[in-house]
Amino acid sequence: MALLEVKGLEVYYGVIRALRGIDFAVEEGQIVTLIGANGAGKTTTMQSVVGIIPKKAGTVIFDGQDITKTPCHKIVKLGMTQVPEGRRIFQELSVYENLLMGAYIMKDQSQFKQDLENIFTRFPRLAERRNQVAGTLSGGEQQMLAISRAIMSHPKLLMLDEPSMGLSPLLVDQVFEIIKDINKDGTTILLVEQNAGKSLAISDQAYVLENGSIVLSGTGKELAESEMVRKAYLGG
Amino acid sequence: MEFIETLLNGLSAGGTYAMIALGYTMVYGIAKMLNFAHGDVIMVGGYTLFITMGMMGNPILALILAVVCCTVLGVTIEKVAYKPLRGASPLAVLITAIGMSYLLQSLAQIIFGSANKSVDLMELGNISLGALQLSTYTVITLVASGVIMAALSLFVKYTRTGRAMIAVSEDRDAAQLMGINVNRIITLTFAIGSGLAAFAGFFMTLKTYNVSTTMGAMPGIKAFTAAVIGGIGSIPGAMVGGLLMGVVEAFSQTSPAIAPYTDAIEFAILIVILLVRPSGILGKKRREKV
Repeated sequence: MALLEVKGLEVYYGVIRALRGIDFAVEEGQIVTLIGANGAGKTTTMQSVVGIIPKKAGTVIFDGQDITKTPCHKIVKLGMTQVPEGRRIFQELSVYENLLMGAYIMKDQSQFKQDLENIFTRFPRLAERRNQVAGTLSGGEQQMLAISRAIMSHPKLLMLDEPSMGLSPLLVDQVFEIIKDINKDGTTILLVEQNAGKSLAISDQAYVLENGSIVLSGTGKELAESEMVRKAYLGG
Repeated sequence: MEFIETLLNGLSAGGTYAMIALGYTMVYGIAKMLNFAHGDVIMVGGYTLFITMGMMGNPILALILAVVCCTVLGVTIEKVAYKPLRGASPLAVLITAIGMSYLLQSLAQIIFGSANKSVDLMELGNISLGALQLSTYTVITLVASGVIMAALSLFVKYTRTGRAMIAVSEDRDAAQLMGINVNRIITLTFAIGSGLAAFAGFFMTLKTYNVSTTMGAMPGIKAFTAAVIGGIGSIPGAMVGGLLMGVVEAFSQTSPAIAPYTDAIEFAILIVILLVRPSGILGKKRREKV
């Protein structure tokens, strides 16, 4: 059974139907990507799955449990979290305090210390800025912090919404490397990206979202080679 | 010496304003609403003192019961009146808060009548510290509000729940993604704010020996002004704003020529500060969303 299974998901903003009943699944251990243009419904999908915005219809099954009506904070406790679009780190808190917030649901203090050490080894820049207010970090550092904060809760499924947005090409490569590393450590990944080329290259499975509907799906490789995706998202 | 005495008197009055301003600012920061019924929670605290003093005559016990009563009231108001409106337009919430304010005042008038009730919490004398002559009232409020503000600051900075409050006030959605139960944090915020209002009610009653159904109105507005001066949403801002308010009040009352204009001066300071720093002394600038 899939780790995440979404069936017939519909979301409305007022009278506007943003998602028109979409189906997709994320198998355990995979990297799955949703690609699509601006306004296609990618962020809406991510936010409704994790319970930040309400669903009008459909079901969401996570790890064998129906979480369609579960509030966000409880979904997080079940092992799903998200690096939201625009990073959304806590600007007034220090780097260290942001990571503490990431571990909010964790009870084990020694685990937290271990995780902190791992993150500071992986991102020495964050270690240097440990006590600095997070709002003063550069965009790339903020993205590293946002990702680090999310994995502090040891999610089974990590969702990332446009993690490469606004970053320099070098940093974009680095972010994709980090995502692959996290996946290798055993975390399933659901990724939303506008950078279709790079995200399809690391994906086991991918879906194309257009105007609130899924119009195409396949393995990352299949989609990268598909005529329609190449025309619309890969620039030829 | 007189200057220092006035300053300390001002800080003690400011401590009372800060207790109230903290309630406004925390609720604004975390629940994103102006709770205009907050002043009336002070009044309910005052009448709790009136009843409990009449029954038991112990001011400490009366204070504890007032804190309990206001905390329960604040949480109940939030559950009954504000929670159903989460996600509604801010104007609807504002009107509901104003309605709640009148409801509490009217209920108090029905139950206790509109005449003031006298409450004698304790005999107040003078304390001399070296050359300083201070009233017991000044010392009590100064020490108590100082301890409360320090405790609250430590709580917010160093406890898991306190940091969760900051996280919710900064970004509610991101806070949820950490697994924080936002509704629980909002409830807690109302509980703390209302508990602090009970302390303010105690300090006020200690000074005036009186409670009335409208006792929360003017201090409520002034404390709200103090919260805006300090930067609404900012906890240290409410403390600074409240203390500043008290000090300005104390100094302007030392001169018979200026004293009648005390309120006008306080609100004028609000206008000047908002012109110079629209987000208040310690308020944060509104960030652009990227």
